[in-house]
Formats: sequence, structure tokens, C-alpha cells
Amino acid sequence: MLKNRIIPCLDVKDGRVVKGINFVELKDAGDPVEQAKIYSDGGADEICFLDITASNENRETLIDTVRKTAKECFVPLTVGGGVRNIQNITDLLLAGADKVSINTAAVKNVDFVKEASKKFGSQCIVVAIDAKKVSDNKWEVFTHGGRNKTGIDAEEFAKKVEENGAGEILLTSMDKDGTKSGYDVNLLKTITNNTNIPVIASGGVGTLDHLYDGIVKGGASAVLAASIFHYGEYKIKDAKEYLNSKNVSVRL
Amino acid sequence: MNVTIVDYQSGNISSVINSFTEVAKGKVNLEVTSDIKKIKSSDKIVLPGQGSFKSCVDSLNSINGLVDTLKEFAMTNNKPLLGICVGLQMFADVGYEEAETKGLGWITGKVARIDNKNGKFKLPHIGWNEIEIQKESKIFKDIKNKSHMYFVHSYEFIPEDKSVISAITNYSSKIVCSIERDNLFGTQFHPEKSDKIGLKVIDNFLKL
Repeated sequence: MLKNRIIPCLDVKDGRVVKGINFVELKDAGDPVEQAKIYSDGGADEICFLDITASNENRETLIDTVRKTAKECFVPLTVGGGVRNIQNITDLLLAGADKVSINTAAVKNVDFVKEASKKFGSQCIVVAIDAKKVSDNKWEVFTHGGRNKTGIDAEEFAKKVEENGAGEILLTSMDKDGTKSGYDVNLLKTITNNTNIPVIASGGVGTLDHLYDGIVKGGASAVLAASIFHYGEYKIKDAKEYLNSKNVSVRL
Repeated sequence: MNVTIVDYQSGNISSVINSFTEVAKGKVNLEVTSDIKKIKSSDKIVLPGQGSFKSCVDSLNSINGLVDTLKEFAMTNNKPLLGICVGLQMFADVGYEEAETKGLGWITGKVARIDNKNGKFKLPHIGWNEIEIQKESKIFKDIKNKSHMYFVHSYEFIPEDKSVISAITNYSSKIVCSIERDNLFGTQFHPEKSDKIGLKVIDNFLKL
């Protein structure tokens, strides 16, 4: 039976972790490689890096981080943030990323998703959708970290990226992100019921119960979380044991 | 020992290189190449494959003499070859991804899209699934039945001769996830992405 995945996400800026593990004795608290390794040794099913470097000049730093991490982590590594063109994807994959996540560039031009999945295979193309609730059961796609409205309906857009070859959708609720009040389960349900590709839930996790809700109530294939793991409230193992105790199948 | 990872410009093989490099450290001389001479003189070959069946077969065919060299290596000389993901799928006679495409024809069978039971099962089949070992396999030495491996694919290999199947996994139906026939090995899952247990599969292959 296919297991539900737990994916810790690390925010990386200029090659340094800005939101990461604060609870273990790290030799270098800002080193993404060391943190990724702790997660992978702790049973993470995949690792996700979100590059929040503002400038393009530091792209090389990110590539170098990915290269070093990939040499030490033998679980899938997804990298997102600033992926704008085929060259960006080529660089990340050659450095050792297994998947890339595309956000703004996919909204601007869905053909980019098609081109990328045709060239590299759907298996490595994740489309990240940031959605904000606009009315009952309606969500709109936002870009630039939730600052820019697009007028595009999230459900329609999810179907469109699936048609264009996306292998997975990373769905973040902008309303819930950072609130620790749980995923937007209705948003998740809407997207998972209307697409046939795996959906990764993101935004709002504060307790282990929220992970359960994302999978069981929202229908997500994987759950992504940042702060509950970073600040040491829970280890990956705690999350898995909890889910297992509630009959949610995970890789133990 | 010389082991060659065949680099035929088909998709992302960085993770394959990283994991084999980690396991081979100080024990095995690892080459990543499509050079026919080097492939011929290797002791073992790893044939990765990402992207579609068609794009992988097209890439293999675009390198002069490569298909014949691989065939001679694995089929005539019976030397160990491990296909990973589409690398395994290409052993079949025919694949149906993108367009009907002729495979290597080393193991009679076809590669077809996984039946998603009208959307009940999401595709691609992505993530960790348990392998159910069907017969003793050299690459599963010291690997427990029901170990978790990492999968990412939408198509499955269906061999005619079921005796080649060394493990299956359950996703909508029983999917072939590894095969062994003499010195020919293949895994549908990605040992290079399957954590320590995946590295063990690689180690077993390198130790053959």
C-alpha cells in the first residue's frame, strides 16, 4: 500500500537556512545540508527546499547547496523558488534535485509547465499553487508569496496544470499559512476531488492532528510542514507514530 | 571492478550517480559514460531511465552502436546489468507511453499505463510503497520482505513469463517492481532515492 508522505520544508536564503531546526545542537545552525540530513536520518519521506533569495545573482549559491545536500541525502529532494525557465530546471536537476517546484512562472504561462514536463518528465515537475479564499468554496491563485492577485480560480488552474503535465500539486493556503490553525481542508478537498494527480498539503500546520486532517479529511497524498518540525515541538518520528496510531499508513 | 552508469542523455541521473558513488566509495571504479569501448570493458552496467519510454528508447537509439553493445553485454555475454525505472521498462518488446514504441525486446512483455480504476488511484504512483518479494533475488540479499521503496511512475512493465518477477507492489493492482533473470536485473522503484534500504540494493548489485 502506498504510504502517505511527510515532507519537512526548509526556507533557504543565500545558501543559509532562515527558518529551520532550532532544537538540536547543530554545528552550524544555518547549514541547509546538515539540517536536511537530520530530517532524512529522522525518517522524512522527502525534503523540500524553498529558496527565498530575492536576487538572481545568488542562484549559484542555491545550486551549490543542492549539490552538497544531494550527496548526503538519499531521499527525494524538491527545490522551489525562482524557477523561471528551462535553464533553471536543468541547473537544479544536474545539481541533484529530484523535482522542482514552479510557482509564478506556471501562472504567467502554463505552457512552461507543458514544456518542462515534456523535456524532463512529469515525475519531476511540481506546480506550487498559493490560494486564497474569495468566497464560499472559491479560491483564487496568488503569486509572489501571496501579494499579487491573479483573478485565476484555483480549482480551474489545478486542472489546467494537470492537463499540461504537472506530476504533483503543492497546494498552500495563504489564509492559513503561518497561523498554526490547520490546513484549509475545504480547499484541499476541492482540489483533490477534482484532479487525478497527487496533492501535497501545505500551510497552517500547528499540531499533529492537522497532518491527520490534511490526509484523511483533505485527501492529500503528502503533508508538508515547516515550523512544527523546526522548533522541535515534534520530530518526524512523532508525526509518523501519531498518524500510524490513527490508522493512517506511513513509512515507519 | 569497473561499473558503468550509462549516460545516454535521458533525464536526470544525478541521484543515480550520487548514490552509486556513495556505495562504491573506495571499492568500485565507477564511470558515467556512453562511450562504447568503456561500456564493453565494464564488469557491470547500470541503465537508468527517466522521462517517457519513447524518449528513453529514442535517446538510446541515437547513440551509434549503444543498443547492440548493451545487448551483447547483457544477453550474449550474460554480464550483470541493472535497469532502473524506465531502464527496466525498456527490457520489454513494446511500450505505449506517448506512442507505441519498440523496446529492447530482452524480456517478452509490454509496458502499459497503470489502470487508475477511473481516477480512484492517483497517477503518477509517487511515494513509498512496500515491496512483496516473490522469489529469492541476489539484489535483495538481507532486505526484508515489505521493505519500503520510493516509486515515481505511471506505467508498468507486464512480462509474459511471470517467473522473472522478483517483487511486486500493490497500487490499484499488483505491479511488477523488480525482475531478475540470470544476470539481468531491474527495479521499477528508485533504489537511489530509497534511503538506506535502497543503498543496500545498490550495494548488493555492486557485490555480485
